[in-house]
Amino acid sequence: MSDAAAPVVRLQHVVKTYHAGAVDVAAIREISLDVPAHRFTMIVGPSGSGKTTLLNLIGCIDTPTSGRIEVCGEDVGRLRDNALADFRARNIGFIFQAFSLVPVLSAYENVEYPLLLVGMPAVERRRRTLAVLEAVGLEAQAKQRPNELSGGQKQRVAIARALVKQPTIVLADEPTANLDSATGAAIITLMRRMQAEQQTTFIFSTHDQQLMSHSEETFAIRDGTLVAHDISAATAQEAA
Amino acid sequence: MLFKIAFRNILRNRRRSLMTGSAVAVGVMAMLVFGGYITYIFSAFETGLAERIGHLTVFRSGYFVFGAGNPAAYGIDDYQGVIRMIAADPVLKPMIRVITPTQSLLGIAGNFSGGNNAAKTFLGVGVIPSDQQRMQQWNEDGVVLPERQGPLLSDDAPQRGLIGGGMARILGLCEALKMRDCPAPPASHETSTAPVDQGVVALAQSELGSGEVKNAAMPQIDLLSATANGAPNVVTLDVAGVAVQGVKELDDNYVAMPLALAQQLVYGRGEHKATGIVLQLNRSEDLRAARARLQTLIAQRHLDLEVRDFAELTPFYVQVVRLFSAIFLFIALIMGVIVLFAVVNTMTMNVMERTNEIGTIRAMGVRRNGIRAQFVTEGWMLGAIAATVGVVLAFIVDAAINHAGLTWLPPGNAAAVPFRLSTPADRPLLLVGTWLGLVLLATLAALLPANRAARLPVVDALRHV
Repeated sequence: MSDAAAPVVRLQHVVKTYHAGAVDVAAIREISLDVPAHRFTMIVGPSGSGKTTLLNLIGCIDTPTSGRIEVCGEDVGRLRDNALADFRARNIGFIFQAFSLVPVLSAYENVEYPLLLVGMPAVERRRRTLAVLEAVGLEAQAKQRPNELSGGQKQRVAIARALVKQPTIVLADEPTANLDSATGAAIITLMRRMQAEQQTTFIFSTHDQQLMSHSEETFAIRDGTLVAHDISAATAQEAA
Repeated sequence: MLFKIAFRNILRNRRRSLMTGSAVAVGVMAMLVFGGYITYIFSAFETGLAERIGHLTVFRSGYFVFGAGNPAAYGIDDYQGVIRMIAADPVLKPMIRVITPTQSLLGIAGNFSGGNNAAKTFLGVGVIPSDQQRMQQWNEDGVVLPERQGPLLSDDAPQRGLIGGGMARILGLCEALKMRDCPAPPASHETSTAPVDQGVVALAQSELGSGEVKNAAMPQIDLLSATANGAPNVVTLDVAGVAVQGVKELDDNYVAMPLALAQQLVYGRGEHKATGIVLQLNRSEDLRAARARLQTLIAQRHLDLEVRDFAELTPFYVQVVRLFSAIFLFIALIMGVIVLFAVVNTMTMNVMERTNEIGTIRAMGVRRNGIRAQFVTEGWMLGAIAATVGVVLAFIVDAAINHAGLTWLPPGNAAAVPFRLSTPADRPLLLVGTWLGLVLLATLAALLPANRAARLPVVDALRHV
């Protein structure tokens, strides 16, 4: 079986319920799905549908109330906190809507940070950091701090940071929401190119039509329930 | 990266870091300056005592507790032999700077010359003047003590002595001794209508006889005491000057004289003894070892002697040390609480402001301990930088005070002394202890907010705006 055929993420009967005081709020109601590797996958749905919760569960930064989650073949429910942190450090890259760069670090240092977490030697770290900064077109801004960068540049740094360790999965939560449409388009193109170059699995949570048009695999959810699964971009746009 | 992020975050929140850092720096400075002040006080006090009464004194057993009322009964037999034995001991020899006998005595001092008719009980001490002068040159810590008059007692002047300022005033010797600040008695008391018992006067005159040669250049007083076998005895003392004592009770009663004169008064023609053998050491730090060795020697030879150190002989010293130590502890406590609250407050605000950042780096794979280490490092670094600034400030303040020419009157002193502080370099233990203590406190204070940051659920932290 080729890598492309094996799901990189598998959710089985996953439920996530939040406790809001005395009331239980079901964010995810028993979702089962397989996310194939090396694809541009979208989780779409209206606001409050549970997209971000689902993305958090896949990213191992939240735990399900019940059900089983496998990421990169690992049953992550069996991992304890430190093991989960190490797992994320090795396998998962994150791109956030608000960029979430470390403000006191330069663009170069922000990108280098994930490599420090996996204990990469300094020479290799430098080579990879410079390469990925060049790939996102920010080699000239390497020494600048986040407050000296535009929104688009910040998101490029965030993409570089997510990709520098060559993770199996990159999770992107509304990555274009804080960008104007032109910048958003440029960012989407960049991610598309990087995904193709690195053969990484991208999983987005979005309701940006522009981004959805690039979807290769779409999971539409509504009220915490999976309502559609398609491999066409059209499904994504309809579900949103 | 940990240190880089910590340092940059300290700089990022400049105003907040400055306020917290100021609290730490002022705390360190205050503790070091006050520590320098009390260290100097202790040194000055110890030096004064070591100069005056030495480090250790050997007494006849029981003298320290019971002998003050009857020093003659507690004299050390063959004190010269004991001194020779101590001085020849190979362990003690290199430690000892001066070893000298003293004789304490009690009696009545009277001035019956020139129309005076005054008498006063006295507490006397007989010393070997040359030994005493050598002892006064001891100054291990280089402290600045009150200026002294020249050597007024001399081995060659067997009848010459000193009296306390109060004693001089009471005996009407202010003018004769050219004392400054010596008030005249009220007019109604200038001539006493109820003088001293005429028997005392007569006794003094009869005991002295006609053979005594009066020294016209110095005022004289008569000292009356009971000898060891109970007979009254009188000697004449040429008062060479005044040795003002810091405590009024002592100043009103103090008489110092050559040892031989004191022995003559106490033992008459009998065997001369000494109430104490004073040892001044080269270094105060040898005190414990010297004392232990003395006690061993005494036990080995079955001598009826005991050893006391200067702190036991001067309870006031111990009280002053305890008082200042308690004040220092109190200041340290206050500074510690201020630093604790300042750092906790700052780090809590940092955690709140950086909650989203905490969520981000946790998502990237930083462990809980990594978050904890990040904030603890910031607390530690802020504390270390500020404490180092505090040390520098302490050096500056110490130098400024030491060059300002200030004076003060320490407790128990009769004359003002320069107000000095030991510099932090003179007391490395205090310097290192204070620096480490407050840095440790700042680090511990950061631990609480750091724990809170580490325990934050990643998704909650990421949602934080």
